[in-house]
Amino acid sequence: MSDKMMKLLNKQGWLLADGATGTNLFNMGLEAGDAPELWNDRHPDRIKALYEGSVHAGSDLFLTNSFGGNASRLKLHSAQGRVRELNRIAAEIGRDVADREERPVIVAGSMGPTGEIMLPVGTLSHELAVEMFHEQAEGLKEGGADLAWVETISAAEEFAAAAEGIALAGMDWCGTMSFDTAGRTMMGLAAGDMVALVAGLKSPPLAFGANCGVGASDLLRTMLGMAAENPDKPLIAKGNAGIPKYVEGHIHYDGTPDLMADYALMARDIGVSIIGGCCGTTPQHLERMRHALENTERGDPPGLDDIAARLGGFSSPGDGSGEGGPARRERRRRRG
Amino acid sequence: MSDQEDDIILAELSDDELVLQMHDDLYDGLKDEITEGVNILLGRKWTPYDVLTKALVEGMRIVGIDFRDGILFVPEVLLAANAMKAGMAILKPLLAETGAPRLGRMVIGTVKGDIHDIGKNLVTMMMEGAGFEVTDLGINNPVENYIGALEAQETDILGMSALLTTTMPYMKVVIDTMVEKGMRDDYIVLVGGAPLNEEFAKAIGADSYCRDAAVAVETAKALIAKKHNQMHA
Repeated sequence: MSDKMMKLLNKQGWLLADGATGTNLFNMGLEAGDAPELWNDRHPDRIKALYEGSVHAGSDLFLTNSFGGNASRLKLHSAQGRVRELNRIAAEIGRDVADREERPVIVAGSMGPTGEIMLPVGTLSHELAVEMFHEQAEGLKEGGADLAWVETISAAEEFAAAAEGIALAGMDWCGTMSFDTAGRTMMGLAAGDMVALVAGLKSPPLAFGANCGVGASDLLRTMLGMAAENPDKPLIAKGNAGIPKYVEGHIHYDGTPDLMADYALMARDIGVSIIGGCCGTTPQHLERMRHALENTERGDPPGLDDIAARLGGFSSPGDGSGEGGPARRERRRRRG
Repeated sequence: MSDQEDDIILAELSDDELVLQMHDDLYDGLKDEITEGVNILLGRKWTPYDVLTKALVEGMRIVGIDFRDGILFVPEVLLAANAMKAGMAILKPLLAETGAPRLGRMVIGTVKGDIHDIGKNLVTMMMEGAGFEVTDLGINNPVENYIGALEAQETDILGMSALLTTTMPYMKVVIDTMVEKGMRDDYIVLVGGAPLNEEFAKAIGADSYCRDAAVAVETAKALIAKKHNQMHA
């Protein structure tokens, strides 16, 4: 079970991951502010439909509805005592959907951030963070997830804590961070920093990369930054379907299925092997992405100009790597 | 970088040097040094208001610029804000005693359905760092919370935050309610959060979209100044 994803990846050369969870659940009637994880128990039929949406559109791998399923997030809904149960059900529904397919489909147990800032800047201790991720991973494992999938992380310490917690559950994992602030994560990590972070982990992920963030263009710029470091593990790209726009009282992501198909091809040309979408990515997008990946030859890696021309411009002038970018001010005394 | 100047004795610096050093120490988030610097300036008979504006607020302004420009990130800003807070703890009672002028008051909160607060907390800290008084309503606020807080005490600015594309439309509910109650024009309404943009802010009737905490401070200052000018015109 543990090397199922790598086997499939080696056979196919690339994997199509899934699209959005949250934005698709909202389309099914989830009210803003409700915990999507509570639906695992309350509306298992809808969660099944969510998973099937991706699988029937051609995803080789999909994430479970457990992104906010850690004790810290569920506490906001007074459900911190249900971590294990809600994660188990999220994975069980997924396992069932995956096992009905004739082709192999990977169930990846989604694990999002705690929402807390870790010590010394914030208040969350390493030990407590590890414990929360461990608890969640145990639930996902119990429900039959093939691996854990950490996503939307912005702090190096939290990524490391997740790695440790998942290792305690004895699971394989993948992990992605969100680079949404001038090319870096909110906590200041550049693409290259994540490559170094992963290389230094005691229990490293099978594959790593970026998800969410600003738009598909920014995400590919981040992938170029990671690929430039020649990482020894497969890369993951899960970008948003464009940028959210406010249209007549509703939020609409402006990325069309064709745009996401183009994004998928460019991601593969950059050297990314696990490609999916994030917010705003629907089964219609995934179908086009699959079709494009199956029917297009690999090309040369696109440059930044190609990406901007095909997917739209970037949200910031630099990629956060510091080259040619502004540096910190000179101070009279260095912290030390 | 040379480290020959590691052993700076703050008390030996001239006023001007010390203020510049405090700007640097805020930039580096050095809490103890800021506390020491504030006490030294007060000992030299600086008014609490001058210590606040010239040393702390100016220092945080520089932090804000580099945060806005993607040079500093959340961890550095939180450390700087913590250092600033340590200085403020000394100054606050003194400022109250001396009746120093206030920049303005803000009510801030994450909208109903949204439980994210890191960005909002940053804005709160940067606004306080800039000398504003802030009432933080926390997360998941229905419209009544905002209206109640605005009516409870004299307020200049309403700040709303949303991190979800599904919760951002609620900002319009709040603004529409303010319009219905005939109180919209009494306030400056600022909105922010990852999925927002200027276009959205305009569409819902806010005064401005603030891309980050530093921009929020700049915008708040500019709009307050504009409002004062209009009042005196």
